Amino acid sequence: MTKKIKNLNLNFGPQHPAAHGVLRLILELDGEVVEKADPHIGLLHRGTEKLIENKTYMQAVPYFDRLDYVAPMNQEHAFALAIEKILDIDVPIRAQYIRVMFCEIGRILSHILNVTTQALDVGALTPSLWGFEERETLMTFYERASGSRLHANYFRAGGVHQDLPAGLENDIAKFCETFPKIINDLENLLTDNRIFKQRNVDIGVVTKDDALDYSFSGVMIRGSGIPWDLRKSQPYDCYDQLEFKIPVGKNGDCYDRYLCRIEEMKESVSIIKQCLARMEKGPIKTFDGKISPPSKAEIKQSMEALIHHFKLFTEGYRVPKDEIYTAVEAPKGEFGVYLISDGSSKPYKCKIRAPGFSHLQSMDYLIKGHMLADVPAVLGSLDIVFGEVDR
Amino acid sequence: MNNLIDLEKKINSELTTKINKTSIIHNQIYVEIDKEDLIDVVLFIKTNKDTKFRQLIDITVVDYPEETQRFKIVYLFLSHEFNHRMILSYFINENELISSLTNVFPSANWMEREVFDMYGVNFKNHPDLRRILTDYGFEGHPLRKDFPLTGHSEVRYSEEKKKVINEPVKLEQNYRNFDYESPWEGTKYIKEISGTNDKKN
Repeated sequence: MTKKIKNLNLNFGPQHPAAHGVLRLILELDGEVVEKADPHIGLLHRGTEKLIENKTYMQAVPYFDRLDYVAPMNQEHAFALAIEKILDIDVPIRAQYIRVMFCEIGRILSHILNVTTQALDVGALTPSLWGFEERETLMTFYERASGSRLHANYFRAGGVHQDLPAGLENDIAKFCETFPKIINDLENLLTDNRIFKQRNVDIGVVTKDDALDYSFSGVMIRGSGIPWDLRKSQPYDCYDQLEFKIPVGKNGDCYDRYLCRIEEMKESVSIIKQCLARMEKGPIKTFDGKISPPSKAEIKQSMEALIHHFKLFTEGYRVPKDEIYTAVEAPKGEFGVYLISDGSSKPYKCKIRAPGFSHLQSMDYLIKGHMLADVPAVLGSLDIVFGEVDR
Repeated sequence: MNNLIDLEKKINSELTTKINKTSIIHNQIYVEIDKEDLIDVVLFIKTNKDTKFRQLIDITVVDYPEETQRFKIVYLFLSHEFNHRMILSYFINENELISSLTNVFPSANWMEREVFDMYGVNFKNHPDLRRILTDYGFEGHPLRKDFPLTGHSEVRYSEEKKKVINEPVKLEQNYRNFDYESPWEGTKYIKEISGTNDKKN
């Protein structure tokens, strides 16, 4: 007698805590082995690119915070750089240090979230409780500089919105002293943890060639042993003056990616320290009155400043006709902005290249042949945030 | 090819008939080709030992509704080995079919689905051309310039029918798009660059 065996279709999400957001994953299971994974995305699609086309360049910045909402300023950075390159303006050195410092804070924010929630997905609760306390501290730095914990809207073409408030630099320096201990604590919990290793070592292995073919970037490509980091290879702002190392993995599995993230956090702390040490008093945005708004004090004194202010907040600044692609090394990988300007004060087109989009698309390739229980582990190590995947 | 000028020469000499125009702006190489040559050109730049554009970064479309060749298809490539970026583009008419890159780069799959979803550009030989970002049962292609910002339909939970329903968009106040662009002369340096393009000045 023959028995008929049918594959089981399982609907994972869209409201599943291990889906890291609104992911609907349709899994075809043969027993407990995943045969096929079909991610359905777009449940958080807000039409960011369409909205940006209808806003002035300055009004478009907040949309970038809402992409990868665990590291908002890194996204703003890509957009600011694109405009700066087209307008061909220089950013004052203090502004460059401030931006790089906050980008690295964003990287730590994102990596803490990822490392601890990945641990949570495979059964460890404590790391997330310890890690989130540090994230809260970092977000207060965001808040003190920009006025909000998450949706900062802080970077501008030509610099940053405001100078750092008094005392913030000292507090960030203090954080840099205490934070490495927290990373060590997290490592004590996870790195040699038997269960964590059983769940992550040799899971979701990516070879070098596949990492290239599937358009991986960031930790996903470095975990597979390709030493590629845009901060080193195509440095922007003041990254070329800073000293830092690029951690590279060996095996390309979930565990190596976890190790890369931990090491990157340590490097980020060192970058922040260097920025603080080199930062001197000075201007924080370009002096060009056609691009950056004047200070409140100036508006009270000068007619010209008042006119500039009025023009900048109604019409906005005009960007000459051009086409450019700029990318930054966001915590999740290469975040790029393909910007087409037409000489008006609104972008003609702004395509956002989100790293998570190409990472998630490889889900089928990564998970084929793995057990159902490995799905959250692989998904966790991809570092998916739906704000940027769905845009 | 360690520098972009050599790379430009190389591409022009190896693919003479297939390249319409090349230029180097902002440290990136911009290449314009014909629709038919896409696969050949991409295979060449991916495999040639002097180019090695091993990664497809993104595919996108720019919509110019006034032009006869309405869509500009744009491919972004990255060569890790030589640290170059290439922007490859060609123009097509509204209803033209274009070749899919999924056989060359597996990552093109979702990128092409997104292009199809957002602009309604069709690909031949694509294994799975479905909508990707918009809702199930969505109509229209949102990133086309003639698609209204507020969309055509909205969803809400209907207490009577006890389910989520689709309705035409009803706005309490119409979307207001003020034209703030100044009728007065703009600054000189911007006028020089944007030139004839700036009709409103």
